[in-house]
Amino acid sequence: MSANEFYTLRVNGRTHQVQDSWVGESLLYVLRERLGLPGTKGACEQGECGSCTVLMDDAAVCACLVMAATAINSEIVTVEGIATESTLTDVQQSFVDEGAVQCGFCTPGLIVAVHHLLEKNPQPSEFEVKEAISGNICRCTGYGRVFAAVEATIRQRNAVK
Amino acid sequence: MTVIVAKELTTALAALREHADARLIQGGTDLMVEINFNHVKPTTMVSLRDVEALRTIRTDTPGIMSIGSGVPYSVIEGEPVLTAIPALAQASRTVGSPQIRAAGSLGGNLGTCSPAGDTLPVMFALDAMIHLNTLDSSRVVSIHDFMTGVKRSVRQHDEIITAIDFPIIRGWQGYSKVGVRNAMVISVASACLVADHENANVRIALGSVGPTIIRCRESEAWLQSSQDLSAGQSISLDVANEFGRRAAAESSPIDDHRSTAEYRRHAISVLASRLLRKAYQ
Repeated sequence: MSANEFYTLRVNGRTHQVQDSWVGESLLYVLRERLGLPGTKGACEQGECGSCTVLMDDAAVCACLVMAATAINSEIVTVEGIATESTLTDVQQSFVDEGAVQCGFCTPGLIVAVHHLLEKNPQPSEFEVKEAISGNICRCTGYGRVFAAVEATIRQRNAVK
Repeated sequence: MTVIVAKELTTALAALREHADARLIQGGTDLMVEINFNHVKPTTMVSLRDVEALRTIRTDTPGIMSIGSGVPYSVIEGEPVLTAIPALAQASRTVGSPQIRAAGSLGGNLGTCSPAGDTLPVMFALDAMIHLNTLDSSRVVSIHDFMTGVKRSVRQHDEIITAIDFPIIRGWQGYSKVGVRNAMVISVASACLVADHENANVRIALGSVGPTIIRCRESEAWLQSSQDLSAGQSISLDVANEFGRRAAAESSPIDDHRSTAEYRRHAISVLASRLLRKAYQ
């Protein structure tokens, strides 16, 4: 595809047309500026901070490091796509309840990373939780409350079973 | 700007032939940083993301594990690589973060060819062979000939790195690196040590301490001539420390924004000594 053509992306189960964009734009930029999905945050734009974590073909990746035009055959899920309509997921609710959100900038990336971890590994060890969010930088919470939110989610899920 | 998203290897190879300005992109973890910060402004991109043929691990040649250039680190860090080539799995596990490991690959590490590339010392220690294809030819190059300098290799414009062959060696092997934290670390100094029990030798390769990865041939020869390196032997602390000093002497680090040459030399002596002790404890 070249400069003045459009391409399509599959995001949160819907097909979106990306028009009038420079085709070298990152998925992060396209999600936020072209498709009106600002939940995914941009901070470092070099894969260091994890604020822009999205799921791509069921893998958690940094959207800033994906050239959007190369993702035309992929299924993308953003933080907007992991909850249904206006309700929060249990992961999101636990972040609220445990005070794991301060400035909130890293939160969408952390939510996606934790959501992904618990889908793959419902009973992670403390080490596995730490490793799963090792690519997500938070400068407010010191991570203690984030770990508490992950533990609370696991506890609640186990209680329901 | 044009983006070609190839599904077949031949599509990508034909696109390279056709466009002299074309750049390859696999996981994007190196190149997208350059693009995001306007350091490069590519005009034609060929994406290998959807070329499934580059994402296979083959063991049909006895004694060799051949890893497709597009297999992500998140796969390499687990089985079957973990058992067959433990140092490669270890090195892959130290790359970036889970998000980076889901995207990055050996092909990208070789394509970028940075002395800090985490999997390159493993390739140097194991004498890995690199498969390069064009539309109408193919060649296999030793890693020692492949990397020629900082971010320089013998790969030609119309070539794609398709796979990397690793010999499966009986004996201990490991990879260690020094950096400022656990996740997201670009190494300040790194080392891969392989103990080949069958041939009673030890190989060691160093990263981030020279313009290319450095194989410490003199230290290896000294060790082999002075010690029994077959299975079940042990190495004294004095010998391990001397080995570390010799390996450090073979490195040629520089001062830069990540560290100093002096510290890097010290780090290498410690890493080499520890790896050797672990191999023969």
